[in-house]
Amino acid sequence: MSWARRALAVAWKDLAVERRSKETLNALVFFSLLLLFVFQFTLGSDRERLAAVLPGVLWLGFVLSALLALGRTFLVEREHDCWEGLLLAPGDKSAIYLGKLVGNLALMLLVETLVLALFIVFFDIDLGRAMPGLLVVMLLGTLGLAAVGTLFAAMTANVRARELLFPVLLLPVQVPVLLATVKATEGLLLGEPLAAVAHWVKLLVAADTVYVIVSLLTFDVVLEG
Amino acid sequence: MVRTLGWLTAVGLLVGLVMAFGVAPREVTQGNVQRIMYVHVPLILASYVAFGVLALASIVYLVRRDAAADRVAHASGEVGVLFVGLGIATGSIWGKPTWGTWWTWDARLTSVAILFVMYLGYLLLRGSIDDPERAARYSAVLGIVAALDIPLVHFSVYWWRTLHQPPSLMKPGGFTGSTSILWPLLVNLLAFMLLYAYFVARRVRVLRAEAEAAA
Repeated sequence: MSWARRALAVAWKDLAVERRSKETLNALVFFSLLLLFVFQFTLGSDRERLAAVLPGVLWLGFVLSALLALGRTFLVEREHDCWEGLLLAPGDKSAIYLGKLVGNLALMLLVETLVLALFIVFFDIDLGRAMPGLLVVMLLGTLGLAAVGTLFAAMTANVRARELLFPVLLLPVQVPVLLATVKATEGLLLGEPLAAVAHWVKLLVAADTVYVIVSLLTFDVVLEG
Repeated sequence: MVRTLGWLTAVGLLVGLVMAFGVAPREVTQGNVQRIMYVHVPLILASYVAFGVLALASIVYLVRRDAAADRVAHASGEVGVLFVGLGIATGSIWGKPTWGTWWTWDARLTSVAILFVMYLGYLLLRGSIDDPERAARYSAVLGIVAALDIPLVHFSVYWWRTLHQPPSLMKPGGFTGSTSILWPLLVNLLAFMLLYAYFVARRVRVLRAEAEAAA
């Protein structure tokens, strides 16, 4: 099998398992719904204040659900004793990384779309013209989160205090992605065109490129033993 | 040799201290408080060197699988986190009388703080893995990711907001301040680099002894 085919096989396997068991998806959707409650209770119902913090709160929701989803990346293999099977896959291990990344990306984008829809309904936001730009920022931001998240999930899968260590490692590294996505979203929601936040979009593209390439190069080392 | 390095460091720090208090002039507006710069700036710059060495040692480890490279990375990480922590503390002490606040979310303060937590995470990861070979591999990967992340952090935080005085030593056009400040600063810079090297040399020795004892 070619490298791309092997990556696709891993992504396909993960998505098929998720579609049948809905283990992660069900919990994530429920969790995002709960987040809406939490945000409402902690921020109060002052509409103006809500509008001011909306970009930050939206991305907080995305990041929290990402921490839960990404941290589980390799638990399917762990819990069902398929870790060795994964390791025995022939050829370059970076294909496994790419497959896992695609699977994670699909799952997260699905959840994020849902969170966004819930925000629109419950907080009565009019996205209007901001929508296409927001989708670009969401896609790029999620790719950055998922790229490093997938790598770190593999590293923390076999480590003590894994649930704690994963966010502790991921959050500082993801500061550029967080700042860029929140700032870009802020601009877009204020009605600015995508071009006005182009520097943030460029930063996201640069970050994504760096993260994906370095992860592809180092994943072999992580899965060694 | 490590002993000589230790003595050199001690002499360097002593000369640095004398120059910071004796040779360097009293700053006109800030007064004596400004002298903390001779500790603050060297600490931060030495920590950057430490994280650079960490990244290089990580790459060397992944290529050659030499446990010595891993020990250098490990020691550099510890000293780097210590120096950055002290750098933030001295900056805070300097900031209170001059800016009127211990802490502000200015661009450079923020990026240094992020560096601090990033490498604390690095040490945490190391501490949570029992198998030394695996700890070395994972830490090396994290060390490389963190190093590549530093420019991204700097750009993003810079665009996010920018109170700190601009860099005086390393800026386009070179240093333009008075040489009466420059020499005490350079001596202290050298002394803290030596201190870094000495700490790393000591720590590497302890780590090697630990590895030998475990084997």
